[in-house]
Amino acid sequence: MNNFTYIAADTPKQAANIISQNPDAAFIAGGTNLIDLMKENIAKPNQLIDLNKIPGLDEITELPDAGLRLGALARNADTAYHPLVQERYPLLADAILAGASAQLRNMATNGGNLLQRTRCYYFYDIATPCNKREPGSGCAAYDGYNRMNAILGSSEHCVAVFPSDMCVALAALNATVNVSGATGERQIPFNEFHRLPGDTPQLDNNLQHGEIITSIDLPPGGLNKNYSYLKLRDRTSYAFALVSIATAFELKDGLIVDARIALGGVAHKPWRVTEAEEFLKNKQPAKESFTQAATLILKGAVGLKHNAFKIELAKRAIVRNCLTALNPDK
Amino acid sequence: MQQKYIGKAISRVDGPAKVTGTAKYAAEYNVPDLHYGYVVNSTIANGEIEKINLTKAAMVDGVVKIYTHENRPSTAWLSLNYADMDAPPGKPFVPMHNNKVVYNGQPIAMVVAKSFEVARYAASLITVEYKADKSDTDLVANLQNARDPKKGLASFLKPPPPKPKGNAAKAYEAAPLKAGGSFYHGVEHHNPMEPFATTVVYEDKDKLKIYDKTQGSVNTQMYVANVFGLKFKDVRVLSPFVGGAFGSGLRPQYQLFLSVMAALDMQCNVRLTLNRHQMFTFGHRPATLQNTFYGADADGKLQSIQHESVAETSTYEDYTEIVVNWANMIYPSPNVNLQYKLAPLNMASPMDMRAPGGATGMHPVEITIDELAHQAGMDPVEFRLLNYTDEDETTGKPYSSKELKECFKQAAEKFGWAKRNPQPRSMRRGHKLVGWGMATGIWEAMQVPTRAEAILTADGKLTVRSATADFGTGTYTVMAQIAADAMGMSLDNVTFELGDSDMPFAPISGGSFTAASCGTAVQAACLGLKKKLLKKAQSTNAEYKSVNLDDIAFVDGQLQPTNSAVKPIAYTDLAAASKNKQIASKNMGWPQMMKQRKYTRAAHSAIFAEVEVDEDFGVVKVTRLVSAIAAGKILNPKTARSQILGGMVWGISKALREESVMDHRIGRFMNTNLGEYHTPVNADIHQLDVIFVEEDDQIVNDLGIKGIGEIGLVGVPPAIANAIFHATGKRVRNLPIKLNDLM
Repeated sequence: MNNFTYIAADTPKQAANIISQNPDAAFIAGGTNLIDLMKENIAKPNQLIDLNKIPGLDEITELPDAGLRLGALARNADTAYHPLVQERYPLLADAILAGASAQLRNMATNGGNLLQRTRCYYFYDIATPCNKREPGSGCAAYDGYNRMNAILGSSEHCVAVFPSDMCVALAALNATVNVSGATGERQIPFNEFHRLPGDTPQLDNNLQHGEIITSIDLPPGGLNKNYSYLKLRDRTSYAFALVSIATAFELKDGLIVDARIALGGVAHKPWRVTEAEEFLKNKQPAKESFTQAATLILKGAVGLKHNAFKIELAKRAIVRNCLTALNPDK
Repeated sequence: MQQKYIGKAISRVDGPAKVTGTAKYAAEYNVPDLHYGYVVNSTIANGEIEKINLTKAAMVDGVVKIYTHENRPSTAWLSLNYADMDAPPGKPFVPMHNNKVVYNGQPIAMVVAKSFEVARYAASLITVEYKADKSDTDLVANLQNARDPKKGLASFLKPPPPKPKGNAAKAYEAAPLKAGGSFYHGVEHHNPMEPFATTVVYEDKDKLKIYDKTQGSVNTQMYVANVFGLKFKDVRVLSPFVGGAFGSGLRPQYQLFLSVMAALDMQCNVRLTLNRHQMFTFGHRPATLQNTFYGADADGKLQSIQHESVAETSTYEDYTEIVVNWANMIYPSPNVNLQYKLAPLNMASPMDMRAPGGATGMHPVEITIDELAHQAGMDPVEFRLLNYTDEDETTGKPYSSKELKECFKQAAEKFGWAKRNPQPRSMRRGHKLVGWGMATGIWEAMQVPTRAEAILTADGKLTVRSATADFGTGTYTVMAQIAADAMGMSLDNVTFELGDSDMPFAPISGGSFTAASCGTAVQAACLGLKKKLLKKAQSTNAEYKSVNLDDIAFVDGQLQPTNSAVKPIAYTDLAAASKNKQIASKNMGWPQMMKQRKYTRAAHSAIFAEVEVDEDFGVVKVTRLVSAIAAGKILNPKTARSQILGGMVWGISKALREESVMDHRIGRFMNTNLGEYHTPVNADIHQLDVIFVEEDDQIVNDLGIKGIGEIGLVGVPPAIANAIFHATGKRVRNLPIKLNDLM
């Protein structure tokens, strides 16, 4: 870890101004990922701009349209256990609580969760090539040990997966990311926030240098009746997903009127396939339809040497999770 | 001897110190003017260092010196000087010896700075140019290089397989029932909570006090003295507390060599700690490939046992384990062929990890037996009882004691085994297939000579000490119990001290032999002390002149002669009348070789497991484990239970979780942190039951101790694998078993 200077910002605008003058600065909030990256000599900021002291960003507030605004500095644990989140967006609460450990969730912020970096073994080991860490150096995971890597949307340049659980639910819930920068504010639909690797895997998302996530908006109607989050991994807790799935339905008169299926642990971003969700609409909830939806979602999936099983695992998990979502209390 | 404390569930005497943080570990001794080292590790597995660029690192403010093979001070020339008590045959690794790289992660440079942070940062600025050669690290791809292991001192505790008996191949061909297959497990790393660390206090020219993480303070002392040409008396090694070791502390690790080297060279105090990644840059449980071919007659009686194994070793040492010897110790068979070979790879030398060889070898044995039982249409317990023996066929000697049948009985009863439907896939709960399996475990009861000293002071306190170790094993507690009973004193007045090379000699602490070895030494020292007390009584009190040792009870802190005419004397009075107001005795605890040699001595276990396997996803949950342990006298059921529980958790880990993943293109471990090197979390552990079946065994030693460090683990992985077979009908022979193996 290198030496760095530290400054605490009072407002998002001030933070944006400071960082826009220093390409080697980094924001810090919970620090649960950044500090690790610094210890591993992956992130080497020469300045840390502390966002923790910006007032108001840690709040969770109701929106006029009955949606919910999650402050970027609200901790993952406080978010998951917030009464309004539990009542209206239980899918999100379950997803958050499936991630990390109690200690990490107490520290990690909502904004930081969106910005966490991949856990690809090669990204984390600076002795190996990695296009995400060092553009142009190559992807060692592609032909290396890749059990944890992507089966969808990857490229020859990068097979990393985005590790968040929370974001899988946010994707399913059609959240919006509110962003503030030196030049003003903007909103990014959740499904456009993270990127696929293509030939620029160093870019995890579409946030510009200098922009700050101030909050995440959840639209009204939290799909809180028929939902389920399923996470499959190599141990029961404190392990990243091999495959995770956020599923939610709105049912009316025995038919599916809205379907959301988002996958984690399979791609460079939470994975949603509109075609599959549309396919389920106006159908009776049934295993056969879910199986067909699973096939549509996994269309184009490619297995690598150690992770090909994830394709079949994901299909089975989609079907199971759809069935569970029909009876979430069971 | 009255046993007031032995056998009682006494809480760990060092517990309060540990939970309040007053117990200090090797990296926690703060001394003035401390310098901090940080190691740079190689990133290739085989080749040469062409150039190490230190310029940037050297310019960092606070860096005092940087060591590489090019400038390190010279140390002992002979390889022999680097051989520690646990060194296998070969040439021990010497850090920064020359420009050769023999494994990935090898220490190749060390920065010494005024602060840890500066040293770590400077180390990150060092760049290395290599001439990399092809590296071979995949055991399965290098089986053609398998050969017989070299023999050496280590062969004494780890004998090679016994000679073949009968014609195992022919008997196998002829057998109506056949089972076996190929079993593989990869590398596992120890990963105790406390990473390796050494704090070297430079006391004077050529005189050091060293706080080291080790399972043998004398081993460290001997190594440092031999390597750096110091006198034994000028090297004092302290390791009163060790935060887990599991065998990794049986050999000096490179932080010891490097910190001592720097301290002597720079004539200052030096601390060197390894980070979690670096815990993957030395010994480990070796990857091992095993094949079994067992044959039985139509009734299920074993006719042929063939078990062959190839294990990984380094290019510089022949690390061995007892992997294939177990089958014929437990199961009689007229035809036996056991083979054990090593394949050298471009990796660090493997080293002992909890139940080394035993956990490895018993896995195929117990799965193959389960397969045979299944083929014979017999209950797995019945099958084992049919093939039961009270004699170790590999030596022809009887067991000194073996309550394995009772283990089967009690564990089966507790588990509810009688209700088992033998048919695989016959039980389910919702989406979960439920399976019941069982296995046997064995571990030899060893004992090695150890010294102890007992000191009685005029204030009525007894201190007993030995240079042995307590790395969470409970040595402090059980030795105090033994001493208190031996001297007829209250436990409150007894202190046991350890982990100091100035104390009476103890070898490395491992192989489950510490309780038996040091316990015998404590008894010997207490007996010596009793003799001295009597002598003192005789010299101060005429009444005692004709009293023999056997005619005195040592109870309640008094000499109480059986002849009531002779008045009791308090220990305190005798100590007060002595020089320095104390009486002390230093004695060696010898194994009773003449008795022991006629028997095979071993602890046994029976493990019953219940698993749930998700029928779609293959996710395994070990819902219940029952272990019945027959390991002689249990000194302290509370600490013993903890130790067995730890073994059972490890068994779950070995069966389902642990694996050091290597990228063989570069010979480098890729999951070198506790986030990705999976050991069980709380949510992985469910009902665990421990039963102790006591044995009264006067052959192993006076106290009847067999040792329990390893036996808790052996047998757990195959019990789980057998339960998975029962649940799913799938026989998975490799470890760890992952969900995709069962989809």
